[in-house]
Amino acid sequence: MINGTDRILVCCGTSCIANGALDVADAIEKELTARGLADDVCVNVVRTGCSGECEQGPVVRFMPRDLMYYRVAVRDAKAIVDSLDGAPVKKLLHKRDGQFFEHMDDNPFYALQHKVVLKDVGIIDPLSLDDYISRGGYEGLKRALSMTPDEIISEVEKSGLRGKGGAGFPTGRKWRSAAGYDEWPKYIVCNGDEGDPGAFMDGSTMEGCPHAVIEGMVIGALAIGAEEGVLYIRDEYALARDHIQHAIDDAYAAGILGDSIMGTPHKLHLSIVRGGGAFVCGESTALMASIAGRVGEPRAKYIRSVQRGLFDKPTVLNNVETLASVPTILRFGGEEYAKLGAEKSKGTKVFAMVGKVKHTGLVEVPMGTTLRTLIYDIGGGIMNDRPFKAIQTGGPSGGCIPESLLDLPVDFDTLTEYGAMMGSGGMIVMDDRSCMVEVARYYVDFLCEES
Amino acid sequence: MNDTDRASKITAIIEAYPADRRFALAAMQDMQHEFNYIPEEGLVALADYLDCSKAHLYSMATFYKALSLTPKGEHIIKICNGTACHLRGSVNLATELKRILDIEPGQTSADGEFSVEYVNCLGSCALAPVMVVDGVYHNKLKVDQISGIVESYRTDDSKDVVSND
Ligand SMILES: Cc1cc2nc3c(=O)[nH]c(=O)nc-3n(C[C@H](O)[C@H](O)[C@H](O)COP(=O)(O)O)c2cc1C
Ligand code: FES
Repeated sequence: MINGTDRILVCCGTSCIANGALDVADAIEKELTARGLADDVCVNVVRTGCSGECEQGPVVRFMPRDLMYYRVAVRDAKAIVDSLDGAPVKKLLHKRDGQFFEHMDDNPFYALQHKVVLKDVGIIDPLSLDDYISRGGYEGLKRALSMTPDEIISEVEKSGLRGKGGAGFPTGRKWRSAAGYDEWPKYIVCNGDEGDPGAFMDGSTMEGCPHAVIEGMVIGALAIGAEEGVLYIRDEYALARDHIQHAIDDAYAAGILGDSIMGTPHKLHLSIVRGGGAFVCGESTALMASIAGRVGEPRAKYIRSVQRGLFDKPTVLNNVETLASVPTILRFGGEEYAKLGAEKSKGTKVFAMVGKVKHTGLVEVPMGTTLRTLIYDIGGGIMNDRPFKAIQTGGPSGGCIPESLLDLPVDFDTLTEYGAMMGSGGMIVMDDRSCMVEVARYYVDFLCEES
Repeated sequence: MNDTDRASKITAIIEAYPADRRFALAAMQDMQHEFNYIPEEGLVALADYLDCSKAHLYSMATFYKALSLTPKGEHIIKICNGTACHLRGSVNLATELKRILDIEPGQTSADGEFSVEYVNCLGSCALAPVMVVDGVYHNKLKVDQISGIVESYRTDDSKDVVSND
């Protein structure tokens, strides 16, 4: 039976929009209206962020029945609405090896993932604060407000969270050191520059669940004593920027940001700085120079940013994914988070898996998952079942990993031992026809151009 | 646009920000958006307003890819040359654009109608190769689709813009 809690989720991430998702959402809404089932009465159409499997988009999902449709076109709207309380539309279901999968979690692409950062992405309306709150959003902040800065930092230390922007620096330690300086103002900065040329994890997170990033920043600000924060967002990410701005405005209106955070004497003001389009600006000192209105050139790091960062004041800079992990840590406790992942790399990591793999897209797995699981179990193997040649990880400064090392766990330290690195999460799968020399030349060109 | 128009637009853009150097990039991005480049008089006015040297702003304008000191084309074609797009042949798209418009990435056509740029990852890698024209995404592009897309943006052509899906 259809009732008021039914929702039709239409993925409207950058890729799905490029594939016509907005028209699909409109067509479904029109069909519902024509049948007297529209908005709020019975069925809501929700335009969500990226559900991960971009290549199969636009993706449409019914809740609570959890029916998932792929490659939906405007002309499918009628059949989709027909199937609301009837049999599923078979041709739109996921097929793998001759089998049909009705539910998202039956599909191996999703079944093997473990979502923490992306848990609400693809499910909530990114423009709705209520949606975020209904899934436990801002619970972590509430708990943080009842704690001392030291207790907040201890919680993050216990979680074992490490920076996901590439370097893997322990987040708790960074916060503790910034908290230790008696100099004000202090700043918290979110690195949304995502310069790695084949990656879209941070963009999708900001698009699909902007409040998680903001909640992480507010908690970080409480921990170190900052009252001002900046999100530096890449020039090309127009949709991410819009969604973050919308979320900031809503958070101010709801008293989550501003001069009294949730009725307490704590303050935090956030603003967006739009990146100028230069790879090097993702590097911490260059990024801060850019925010300050200078040319974004990295500076020697003999003075650390936690002491003299933005405007020469104590500053914590964290990556989008790092910050979006923080609300869950505060809500459920650091120990819960530390149960996930590998020994020295706790929690999960989001990867953008692209190239010659059957199912490309955004995946989040516990740290320590092997490359083989990522490529073969989640990604479904190599396109056209060709032989695997290598997987490139770690962005331009990373490396290529051959077949013999596919059973290595992916975490901050293991790949580094083998001369590659996990990096920020871009992964490019290559088959026997990809030319390694050409790939190497591409990265060298990239680094020359950007240095 | 006449000179007074332009001058008042520049003033409006600049004065929307407090007179603090940290807003230099934002103000220049707004000018870029309005005029398709940073006009000399805009740079002078901004330097005056922020009380900084013209050379300082000039170095920013040349450093940041989003800014340019010469007018860009009316339509901006961005070819993604991120890793995923590169592997799926973005270079061929650039070659085809060169054939049609006779310009390389980084240049503007003689009639001022088009600029072509290489950019890194547009966040749509699963649909590589990707080209964005004035903010509209064209994905999984094949070389033979390019000329149709370019033509649909020419001003003397009243055809509606259609995306390739
Ligand atoms: C050349 C260069 C580019 C970088 N680009 C990014 C980037 O795009 N996004 C990011 O989060 N970190 C980037 N980093 C890493 C940052 O300097 C910094 O370590 C990170 O943002 C800190 O956040 P985290 O500890 O949460 O990872 C880059 C570093 C270098 C050297
Ligand atoms: S590499 Fe082209 S969109 Fe990501």
